Amino acid sequence: MSQVSETTVDRPVDTSHMKVSSTNVAIEVIGMHKWYSDFHVLRDINLKVMEGERIVIAGPSGSGKSTLIRCINRLEEHQEGQIIVSGTELTADLKRIDEVRREVGMVFQHFNLFPHLTILQNLTLAPIWVRGIPKAEAEATAMHYLERVKIPEQANKFPGQLSGGQQQRVAIARSLCMQPKIMLFDEPTSALDPEMVKEVLEVMISLAEEGMTMICVTHEMGFARQVANRVIFMDQGQIIEQNEPEAFFSNPQHERTKLFLSQILH
Amino acid sequence: MTDIGYVRGELVAPKSPPHSTVGPVAWVQKNLFSTPLDTVLTILGLLFLYWAVPPIFNFAIGHAVGPYGTVEECRAIEAGACWAYIAAEMEFFIYGFYDIPEQWRPNIVFALGTLLLVPLLMPKVPFKRANAILFLFVFPIVSYFLLAGGVFGLKPMPTEKWGGLLVTLIISVVGITLSFPLGIILALGRQSKLPVIKTLCVAFIELVRAVPLITVLFMASIMLPLFMPQGTSVDKLLRALVGVTLFTSAYMAEVVRGGLQAIPRGQYEAGASLGLGYWQRMYFIILPQALKHVIPGIVNNFISLFKDTSLVYIVGMKDLLEAVKTKNDSALEWKAANSATTGYLFAAMVFWVFCFGMSRYSMYMERRLNTGHKR
Repeated sequence: MSQVSETTVDRPVDTSHMKVSSTNVAIEVIGMHKWYSDFHVLRDINLKVMEGERIVIAGPSGSGKSTLIRCINRLEEHQEGQIIVSGTELTADLKRIDEVRREVGMVFQHFNLFPHLTILQNLTLAPIWVRGIPKAEAEATAMHYLERVKIPEQANKFPGQLSGGQQQRVAIARSLCMQPKIMLFDEPTSALDPEMVKEVLEVMISLAEEGMTMICVTHEMGFARQVANRVIFMDQGQIIEQNEPEAFFSNPQHERTKLFLSQILH
Repeated sequence: MTDIGYVRGELVAPKSPPHSTVGPVAWVQKNLFSTPLDTVLTILGLLFLYWAVPPIFNFAIGHAVGPYGTVEECRAIEAGACWAYIAAEMEFFIYGFYDIPEQWRPNIVFALGTLLLVPLLMPKVPFKRANAILFLFVFPIVSYFLLAGGVFGLKPMPTEKWGGLLVTLIISVVGITLSFPLGIILALGRQSKLPVIKTLCVAFIELVRAVPLITVLFMASIMLPLFMPQGTSVDKLLRALVGVTLFTSAYMAEVVRGGLQAIPRGQYEAGASLGLGYWQRMYFIILPQALKHVIPGIVNNFISLFKDTSLVYIVGMKDLLEAVKTKNDSALEWKAANSATTGYLFAAMVFWVFCFGMSRYSMYMERRLNTGHKR
């Protein structure tokens, strides 16, 4: 668990807006199972995420955390049960899948920026061609989000010319340009140098402060403590335990959770 | 412990490299004479050039009869090219049996093609879209009617009369512009999740790739008429075009597939997670990267297609090489010791100029497109 760190942000995180007041369900997963051929990778997953909720999923590697959030925008197919995102159930219907993907942003461990396009082109591609927004407007939106992630001066560079932290911030901005209702983060800081973790977490925290619905697979327990409403612990493809961060860290119930926490928190 | 502790007081400023490592002398030392083996190889190389260059020079230029010479001069010399023969038969080498008073028509096509193609290949020239539409859609139609005639009072000119460089260029340009998109579609089809499309593409690629081009040309010649209603004949040139295009597209598909496989899965996923559809992902994200990776392979195919056009003599077309061969065998008024050799040398030079041009252009493109991967 060498990747686990306890990076925290030095400013007080403003949690006043972070109370989940909405009663609208953003994501609902009901009795979901997934197999990779014979391997039962996700088992009986039940999860309800309200709008504005921020959820951190933790667990040892191979526990199915990433697979779970990749199922939520259908990068992976589930074989049993239901996944309903913003009222749309995910089935093999391509139209519905695209509908869901338009509303759900995703940030990957390895950024996955498009290396042949400039930063600005990375940000405007989907708004122009998926949402049909005029180019000038899409570029204005893109610059707005680049300013939010504090790198507007990089707009005309190529991804390869940026540091890892900058690339990940661009990746977040790229998702935000689609004005998603939900953001999924798949280990967004795991591939970064320690010096750059904080700048990415800053951006994620500011998103949380604005009330974005977020599901975040991460080893950043400091982030979980500061920002999450709920921490979910997974092992062997199952949700083992979930609780508010305070209770989760100070008073874990399940043996497996205790073991995991004892290994990562010093 | 004090021995280990160290704090740098002043940072070292950059300075220029030592004199012995830069400049022409250093270059020669480093690249030609750096080790005894290098020295031996350099000397052997120089000896080879001394042995090979003068005879070639003498044949092509030194002892040769220039383009304004006569056949008597050509017969008089022993070891020199007869360029006068090429100059005299140039029209046949370029146009084949195309009627001489009508040769302005291919000339317009050549000029129009160059005029449209050159700005299309130059990156900074504006109106790319209009230019591409003109070149890909308008130009072929205009060219066809100009060359074939039969409309607007133009004298009909059957394709049997077309020949020489004209045919070589028509087949190459049409083959290249059609086999490229067809190859991309076959490559994408081969990766398709839909079993019917996948099977069809795999079957086509594996079938066409496993037979020689000559066979494909024969098949295009013999099979195509079988599918047509009785009595209609398919034009020879069209058969050759179909054959060459299908053949090259199968190779192209495999080259493009190599490029597709080099693209990390994350690129597909990032595109999908942004809501881009399949064709959008391919067009904007995957293909630009994949094709850039395989530019050398693609151009390799183009070059090989260009040279393979000489195989259309099989179906009775007179391309450049066949035109040269025809004259070599039949132009008795130009019979001389080296006429035929000069003819083939000329054909080789023309092929070389076009192929080398493609090769250089592809290297230029690779350099230009490299920006995205700059680190």
